[in-house]
Amino acid sequence: MSEFRYAVNVVPKPGILDPQGRAVELSLPHLNITTVSRVRVGRRVELTVAADTEALALGVVDGLAKEMLSNPLIEAYTIELLVSAL
Amino acid sequence: MRIGVVTFPGSNSDVDAQNALSVAGVEPVMLWHESPDLAGVSAVVLPGGFAYGDYIRAGVIARFSPVMRGISDFAAKGGLVLGICNGFQVLAESRLVPGALLRNRSLRFASKIVAIKPQRLDSPFTHAMDGNPIHIPIAHGEGCYYADEATLNEIERNGQILWRYVHEDGTPALDPDDPSNPNGSLRAIAGVSNAAGNVAGLMPHPERMSEGILGTDEGMQLIRSLVESAKSWEAAGRPVPTKAEAVK
Repeated sequence: MSEFRYAVNVVPKPGILDPQGRAVELSLPHLNITTVSRVRVGRRVELTVAADTEALALGVVDGLAKEMLSNPLIEAYTIELLVSAL
Repeated sequence: MRIGVVTFPGSNSDVDAQNALSVAGVEPVMLWHESPDLAGVSAVVLPGGFAYGDYIRAGVIARFSPVMRGISDFAAKGGLVLGICNGFQVLAESRLVPGALLRNRSLRFASKIVAIKPQRLDSPFTHAMDGNPIHIPIAHGEGCYYADEATLNEIERNGQILWRYVHEDGTPALDPDDPSNPNGSLRAIAGVSNAAGNVAGLMPHPERMSEGILGTDEGMQLIRSLVESAKSWEAAGRPVPTKAEAVK
């Protein structure tokens, strides 16, 4: 069995109000930044999966992302392979 | 009659809920999060507070706890389940009621008394209410009710919106920035039920205003609705409701 390391990035879906992103935007003038907009704040989860193949590992991560790490009603996620076959 | 109150790691309104049930004349039973056994209770309350640190999103880790397996089965068989505050978040994350609870629009933790009004008086959770606004506390950081437009229309049509945040005259605080809408909830939704009508959640805390010594007993109307409905359900031999029955 190999180990596969992934990052799951979760962000609010387009159109969902993101007060955290708005708070960041509101603080930008204090940093004299005028060129940043459309801030969305999400979360990143890194994890290691033990599996025989990368496809099987990805299936486990995808299930977890769908069931727990994101709420499909309000959040979208992407999965990134960080290091394979350690 | 016995009504269960779940204790998750982090629940802090479980004893308040047990007290309110005692005041309403039923025996409260503590249900521990690690067991799916509901001990034969006639209804279940998921109380306020926190659950498993509310990491990731409020309520999501609780969704996968053993007690929630028991509660899903109980709900599927027609048992009454009321989620208050964090309990509402757990029910929403468990997909037992529609929608999701987002971070408050203000980004602030909201702790104050709000006015909510029942939107129908023929549901198991409102039938003992007099129809006027009641004033009960909220205490939450993530209570902004969200569902997509199609879902909002559907639950509105089905009569699943049980309580709304209202002005003193009873009109709903529909603008998410209205001060009477404490968290920016869409359509001023304070609480909803599932389609069958036997599972409901709300963000405000009726149990914290359930006897005179707490200030007022305005929340008791809601607790009493649950208690009386649970009694009727037991008396009728625990019928399993059909969706058509619930949507009057």
